[in-house]
This record gives sequence, structure tokens and C-alpha cells, in this order.
Amino acid sequence: MTRKALHILAVTAPLFRCGLARARSVSNFQPPKTQIAHQIYDLHFFVQAICAGICVAMFAVLFYAIVRFRKSPRRIALQFTGYKPVEIAWVIVPVLILLVIAVPATHAVFAMKDTSNSDITVKITGYQWQWRYDYLQENIGFYSALSTPRAQIENREAKDENYLLEVDHPLVVPVGKKIRILVTANDVIHSWFVPAFGIKQDAIPGFIRDAWFRVDEPGVYRGQCAELCGQEHGFMPIVVNAVSEREYSAWLADRHAANQSPARAGDAAGAKTYSLEDLMSGGAKVYTDSCVGCHQANGQGLPPAFPALANGKTATGPVAGTIHIVVNGSAKNPAMAAWKNQLSDLELASVITYVRNSFGNSVGDLVEPNDIAAVRHENP
Amino acid sequence: MTTETRQRKLFLILIAVAAAMFGFGYVLPPLYAKVCQLTGFNRLQSADAVSGTQQDSNRTVLMQFDSNLRDGLPWNFRAMQATAPVHPGQLVQVSYEVRNNSDHAISGQAIASYAPAGAAAYVRKLECFCFSIQTIAAHEIRQMPVIFLIDSSLPSDVPTVTLSYTFFEVPGRQTTVKESGT
Amino acid sequence: MNEIQEIAVQPAVEPIEEPHGIMRWLTSTDHKEIGTLYLIFSFAMFLVGGSMALCIRAELFRPGLQFLRPELFNQLTTMHGLVMVFGAVMPAFVGFANWQLPMMVGASDMAFPRLNNFGFWLLPPAAILLMASFFAPGGATAAGWTLYAPLSVQMGPGMDMAIFAVHLLGISSIVGAINIATTILHRRAPGMTLMKMPMFVWTWLVTAFLLVAVMPVFASAVTMLLTDRHFGTHFFNAAGGGDPVLFQHIFWFFGHPEVYILILPAFGIISEIVPTFSRKPLFGYRSMVFATCAIGVLAFLVWGHHMFTVGFGVGPELFFMYATMLVAVPTGVKLFNWIGTMWEGSLTFEAPMLFALGFILVFLVGGVTGVVLAVAAVDVQLQDTYYVVAHFHYTMVAGSLFSLFAATYYWLPKWTGRMYDETLARWHFALSIVFFNMTFFVMFFLGLAGMPRRIPDYPLQFADFNMIASIGAAGFGFSQLLFLYVVVKCVRRGAPASGRVWEGAVGLEWTLPSPAPRHSFEIPPVVPSV
Repeated sequence: MTRKALHILAVTAPLFRCGLARARSVSNFQPPKTQIAHQIYDLHFFVQAICAGICVAMFAVLFYAIVRFRKSPRRIALQFTGYKPVEIAWVIVPVLILLVIAVPATHAVFAMKDTSNSDITVKITGYQWQWRYDYLQENIGFYSALSTPRAQIENREAKDENYLLEVDHPLVVPVGKKIRILVTANDVIHSWFVPAFGIKQDAIPGFIRDAWFRVDEPGVYRGQCAELCGQEHGFMPIVVNAVSEREYSAWLADRHAANQSPARAGDAAGAKTYSLEDLMSGGAKVYTDSCVGCHQANGQGLPPAFPALANGKTATGPVAGTIHIVVNGSAKNPAMAAWKNQLSDLELASVITYVRNSFGNSVGDLVEPNDIAAVRHENP
Repeated sequence: MTTETRQRKLFLILIAVAAAMFGFGYVLPPLYAKVCQLTGFNRLQSADAVSGTQQDSNRTVLMQFDSNLRDGLPWNFRAMQATAPVHPGQLVQVSYEVRNNSDHAISGQAIASYAPAGAAAYVRKLECFCFSIQTIAAHEIRQMPVIFLIDSSLPSDVPTVTLSYTFFEVPGRQTTVKESGT
Repeated sequence: MNEIQEIAVQPAVEPIEEPHGIMRWLTSTDHKEIGTLYLIFSFAMFLVGGSMALCIRAELFRPGLQFLRPELFNQLTTMHGLVMVFGAVMPAFVGFANWQLPMMVGASDMAFPRLNNFGFWLLPPAAILLMASFFAPGGATAAGWTLYAPLSVQMGPGMDMAIFAVHLLGISSIVGAINIATTILHRRAPGMTLMKMPMFVWTWLVTAFLLVAVMPVFASAVTMLLTDRHFGTHFFNAAGGGDPVLFQHIFWFFGHPEVYILILPAFGIISEIVPTFSRKPLFGYRSMVFATCAIGVLAFLVWGHHMFTVGFGVGPELFFMYATMLVAVPTGVKLFNWIGTMWEGSLTFEAPMLFALGFILVFLVGGVTGVVLAVAAVDVQLQDTYYVVAHFHYTMVAGSLFSLFAATYYWLPKWTGRMYDETLARWHFALSIVFFNMTFFVMFFLGLAGMPRRIPDYPLQFADFNMIASIGAAGFGFSQLLFLYVVVKCVRRGAPASGRVWEGAVGLEWTLPSPAPRHSFEIPPVVPSV
């Protein structure tokens, strides 16, 4: 009896799938917001229905056989080994089913690959571990990095609603326009994935690949990197802000005016003088937000990929070396990004000061925003 | 033939197959490069042979020009123009500018990439800085031309072609600012 | 195949001085002993890989980082894959091949007994090298079992250790496959034509050819990785004229046949078990053979479906989609034939049959989700999400692993002369199938909802299903200790088993006494033509 019951459970468990899919929106594709996403949603529903039907039919036949043909005193096993009509049928019928699936499946592939006649082109570059968006015709570009505080990831603070799905500078696009994206990568393979758009394009270093989307309605759409790219693969989300054309034009004008230099926040800062305490406390915050993932809270790092800052040669050596590697990144170790484009002069000065005077380091010097501005000037 | 002889023969055949498949793995890169060349997914390029193509003034293809830097190259690299409308068959010249911001000469190799990828077969380059390694002197600003034309057999459903270059460093660089690995 | 002569016990052979203790196992050239070595090794690796999975699921129990640094998490997911595929499943099937193939074809041993020994003893050093890579600077490789460049080029020395381990594992598989193919083709008893061979033998024949063809390609891929890492080559680096996507092509040209290597012997096992417990011959033997060969050929044509999002043009995208969908046809034929075998049979449900039926039910789910993934446009949403993870765990765990459990229960009485505890074995089945579904079914939903693979932490909407999956994983993992207990108890004090063991069992191995004698079929039996 137990055996039979367990069999029933095993047989019917997959059927729950259909019911659950309707009850919980987190168990199916996210609501489609582009024509391609709609196509994929419908195509999937169609294929899934066929597959579910096949499963149900096979389970029913199997279940029937288990019950009907179980050994009993009256039961004699018939010794046939074939039956041509049925054997032919169960080759032909699956082929026909596959042909039926293949037609809309082919249409969808053609639609996905048609990048012609786009309105706007955005170049998307995957970095370890953030994205960069460049609007080629507008000469605007910026980095887009995870903005969820480290404290939430490390369970010291409650997680907010868009945990791991929020960034500092989202991609902004107008609704209803065909956006052509050119996807590439700076270091290893990443993948740009926004479920609501039905789009996923691998970012291959050294090559560009194009894809496209046209958003139907305004909203904020979120996705994640979809190709293992190293330590912070799970921490480089994608946020797209689809807005009206008017808002998009306004945003463009804004960005042009700001001229995309993050040093703007530091320009005013350059005029002040800063004490060691100010820089240390500011630097601790920057360190926690940006550096701790690799170099660890105690500065021990994870050598050899992520060097220790405690007693580190660069961290405690000539200050020009520390500034250079933080501002411009490391050519030897691509995991160390060039932070000049993501942090202001003040933030850079603070974190460099902090690193040189923490974890047992006590170099005693401080770096001022003006020092950073000077380095920036020679190496924009 | 005894069983033992048959067995030994099959053993040798299968070992040979295994060795051949290992070699096949190594044949794949040049084979892949050949397939890419034939289908237009070019990599390192040399000047293309151009047969006289008629300029098709009735059709305009929008060319977009993109630039990328790798390996932390302390350069600025940009296309002098973001876009250019061209007619198939028309000889076009565009410029890219490179600026070496560091204190020493650095060599780089530019790799071209196209979107859509299949358009590569139809972009015929007569002159390109990507044909050879470029050595840029310290603080030098250099303008480099690309002379190309779009073959008029470019499929009609391709109205836009993006040409993207990525500069990679060619080793041999010295750093004046010491970077320690620890 | 219905009437095979029962043969008497072997004639007396002059006793040879045989080694004892450790030397016995180190130098054995006996297919039964080597089979045992393979199976013990593979189960140990299964427990190691399973422990890694439990660590992974423990971290994923709740959002946030609790126990593991992200880099260590990536090391564990990578090694879990490598250990399970190359350390657990493949050696297990080779172990069953060793035990069963000679007996099934009426041979006294494998074609190359000393090569057999060599093939096994490559495995422990490979496993040690792989495990030791955790202690290399930077830890084990964390590039995923698929080892994509350029990420794998970035990895520390743990990657090189893994490459060498994989080379050893590959050589072991290749020589094992050569041994198996030669045994099947040249050591069959007189009268056993190809079309009289048991299905387990057929599936291993096709698998052996796949192995010889594609393991060397994997070897060349990881060697290219090695030289890209250390010797200045540029196979996968655009700077030197290479291409990261090339690695994916080479890897998956191996990788897709590899997954058929992992499932074809399972199909063979199910084809042995279902007829026995239906007390009927296999339905559609010829079409089963044909389907097996068709799957073997199609295996080489579909590798691109792992690469639908790299930016193929329309042509390749469509080709790989159609070819992949086509594989469903011979696979379906096999499923239908098993049901046809049961039809109008006389069924009993001992543990081997329970696992075989569990296989059929759950592999069906795995198989149809493969059709869903084959549709390229839909794959764009599902690639690199938990949908794929669910799909391959359904086919490889509910598929390959369940068939290995079924085969163990089926043949253990023949090997040991002792019956296992049927009640406990049924509990093992019940716990396994319930916890398995609990763990992996919810992953289909996670994938549909967009949760990517290989992430140690996730957005909040994925929390509930992850918790369920982790609980299921714990249950599934610990249920396997029951299997260990059942096997050990059987070996030590199971009830005596008869020669035929199972009422409906047909085949040369069942004509031998249980336990099967040390040297069986020293004189080959004659298989009558029917």
C-alpha cells in the first residue's frame, strides 16, 4: 500500500507545476514588456502545454500498466516483442509534433535576430563586476554598479525590496523606440539579461555582438549577469529605466550638461582642506562599499588574486603607486578596476588615505582630492 | 585470424582514432578561423582585394564607428566621427585618433569586430591601422585612417553596420610606476 | 535470447599463487575485482560531490552570504560538477561494465585485463589531485565545470591541477572504452550475434565509441587552455587573433556527446531490468538498437544548443535547434518501448523495478524540458538559469543515478550471493524520489522567473523556492546513507540468493551460480540460434 501511495505521489508531483504556475507569478516568466518577450512567452506556453500533455498521457499509461498488469495468480505475461503499426506511429507522431513546434520557433528566431532599422544604439560593456553603457551617437557613457549596501549582503541590515537588483546609474531608454545594443566585455565573458525584455546577449571580450529590444511600456526593469564571470558574478545587476520620449530627452540634456565626469562632485571638494579624521571616516565607508568584496574587511585580501592590503607593498609604498593603481586599475591583474570613473576625487582620496592607515598600516600620510585631480588630468 | 590478433588490431585502430581526435581538437582553431573568414567573421585582417564595384547611389548604409581599449592601456582611443552614411561601392575614409597618455612608447594591436557579424564579409578594407601593430610614442596623438568600401552585394535587410575596434596591448611595455603584485 | 543453455560449474583449473591483501587489489586483473574497485571509488566520489552540493545548498538556503565567500562558492559549484561527472557517474558505469559485460557476453574476462587495471588505478591519483587543488594558492578552479575562457585563463594554480586531473581521468576513460569495445566486438561467446546481445552491452558499445571519439577533444581543449595560461598561445584570446567562443565550440563538441555517454548505459540498465520484472522480453529490440545508434550519431550534431546566446547568425541557430529537437524522437522511442515491455506483462515492484520506473517517470520530465530548451528563442530566457540546472539534474540524477541504484540492487545478489534488505531498499527509493523532486522541481520555476546559475546570493523573490530546494537537498543527501547501509548489510549478512535471483531474469549472467564464481566462462558457453 505504501508502495502504491508513493508511486501515486511520484506520478502526480509534476502536475502540480501547472497549478503553481498560475498561483504564483514568481514561477513563470516575468511579465513580457517587449514584442519579442511576448512571442517567447506564448511560444513557451505552447511548447510547455504540449510537453505537459505528453507527460500526463505517459504517466497515465504507465500508471495504468502498473495497476492493470501487476503480478497476480491470474496474470499471464504475453510474450510479444513488437507491433509494427504502433512502432511506426510513435515515430511519426513525435516528428509531426516537433514540426508543429518548429514553425513558430523559427519565426521567433528570425524576429530576435533582426537588428535593422533601430532608433538608438547603446554599447554595453561587461566588466568584472559592473556594466558600462555608452550611447554612441550622444557621446554619453557611464558605469552601472550594484548599489545594494554590503551590510545587507552580510546580513547586518535588513534587505530592501530590490535587494541585489539595484544600481547607481541605470540604463535609460525611451519607450517605443527600437534600441540596438552592441554588447562586448572588457575582461571575461558576461551576459546581459533582462527577462522582461526577452533578451540575453553574451558579452565576449574583443568582439561586439548586436541584439535589440523595444519596450512597450514605461517602467523599471531588472535583470542580472547571466554568465559566470568570477567572484562577483551574482552582484552585477542590470536596471533599465524605460521612460517617455520627453523624459528621455530631458535626461540626455542632463547628462550632456554634467559631462559625465564624476569629478564634478569633487571639484568643490578640491577647494577645502581635509583632516586625517575626515578622510579616514569617509574612506572607511568607501572601502566597505567598494573594496571589501575582494580585499576583505580586515585588509587580508585573498591572495594571489586579491592581494592583502595589510602590509602590502603598494599600500605602504610610495603614495604615487597607491594612487596610480586605485585610479587607473592594474594592467597585470584585470580584477582591479580603474576606479577613476566611479568614484569622485574626494572618495578616491579618502579610501586611499584609509587603506594606507588601516589594517596595521600606519604610513601616516594623507591624500587630498587635489592630488587625485592632478593624476586624473595627466591620464584622463 | 586469432581472437588475440583481432583484439590487438582493434586496439591499435581505436588508439589511432583517439590520437586523431586529439589532433582534430588542434585542427579546430585554424578550421574555425577559415570558417569565420568564409562566413565573414574576420579576425586579424589584411587588405582585401577589391574588384571594381559600382557605386549604388540609390542605397545608403549607415556606418557606425566604435572604439574600445583593453588591458588598462593608458590611451584615449576614439573615432573622429560617430557615424557616416555611405553608398555601397563608394570609397570612404574615416579616421580614428589615438592618444598615448603615458611617459613611454606602447604598442597595440587593433582587432575589428562588426555588428551584424555577417556584415564583415561585405566591408572591404583597403587601408586600416588594424593591419599591423601600432607603436605610439609617449604623449603622442596620432590620427589613423581606415579606407574601406561596402560591397554592393550587402544584403538589403542590413541598413546599419557598426565597425568596432578594440586595442589590445602588445607586450614589451615598461612601467615607470611600480605595481607590486602583493 | 529466450533459451540459453544452463552450464555447469567450471572445470578445475590449476591453482596459481595469488597475491593477498593490498597487493591483491593493486595488481588485480580480474574484471570482477576491478569492477568492485570502480564502484567503491565512484561511491566515495559521490559522497564527496554530494557534500559539496550540501554546502552549496546550505549557502543558498536564505538570501545573503552566510557561510561561504563568493569565490569559495564558485569553487564548490565547479568541483561539484567535475567530481560528479568524472569521479562518480562515469566510473560507476565503467564499474558495472566491468562486472557485467564479460558475463553477459560469455567471456572469461575483459579483452585487456592488465589495461583494465591500469585504467582504474589512474583514478585515485586524479581524484587526489582534484581535491588537493582546494589547497593551492587561490583555491580550486572556480570557472564552472565548463571551464570557459577567458575566466579559466584567469584562475590560479588550482586550474592547472584540475587540467592534469582531467587528463588522467580522460586517459582512464579512453583505455576503459577501448577495452569495453574490444571485449564486446571480439570476446562474445559463439552464437551470440550482435543482434542477440543484451541492451546493456549495446548501449555500452555505442558509449565506448563516443568516448574514444570525444574525450581526446576535451583533452585538446584543456591543453589549449593550459598553453594559453602559461605558454603564450592565443587560442582563446582576441588580442592574438583567437576567440573565447572557440573554447565553447571545442568544449561542447565534447560536452554534448559526454552527456549521452552519461545516459546511454543508464538506458541499457533500464532495458535489462524492465523485461525481468515484467516477465516479458524487451519490446522492440531492433528499434532499441537503432535508436541507440541514432542518439550516438545525433550527439555530434547538436553542440551549439549550449551556445544559443553567444551571437550565432540565424542559420546556425536554426540548425542546432532542429537537430536538438530531433533527438527527442529516438529517445521517445526508447521510453515507449519500455512501456510496451510492461504492457500485458506480469509486474512486480522490487527495488530495481521501482528505481527503473522512477527513472522512466522522472527522465520523461527531464527529457521534455530538454525540448523546451531546444527552442532557441525560449532558450534565450532560460540559458544560464536554474531551469537548465533542473533539466540536467533531472536527466543525470533521476536518470543516471537512479539507474545506478537500480543496477546495484539488481546485480548485487548475483555478485555477492546475498539478497539485500527489500524493505530498506524500498525506503531508499521512496525517500530518494520524494526529496529529489522537492529539490529540483522548484528549480524549474526559479529558472522561469529568471534566477541565474552560479550565484551565491539572490534577489528576494527567489527565496521561498531556494529554501524548499535546500531542504530537499538535505533529505536527498542523507537518504543516500541508507543506500550505503543497505549495501554493506547485504554484503555482510544478506540472505542467500539463488542463481537466477529474479523470476523473470534472462541472460548469460543468470545461468551462473550466485555469487558468480571467481573465474566464470573460462570455457565459453554456446548460444543457440533461435
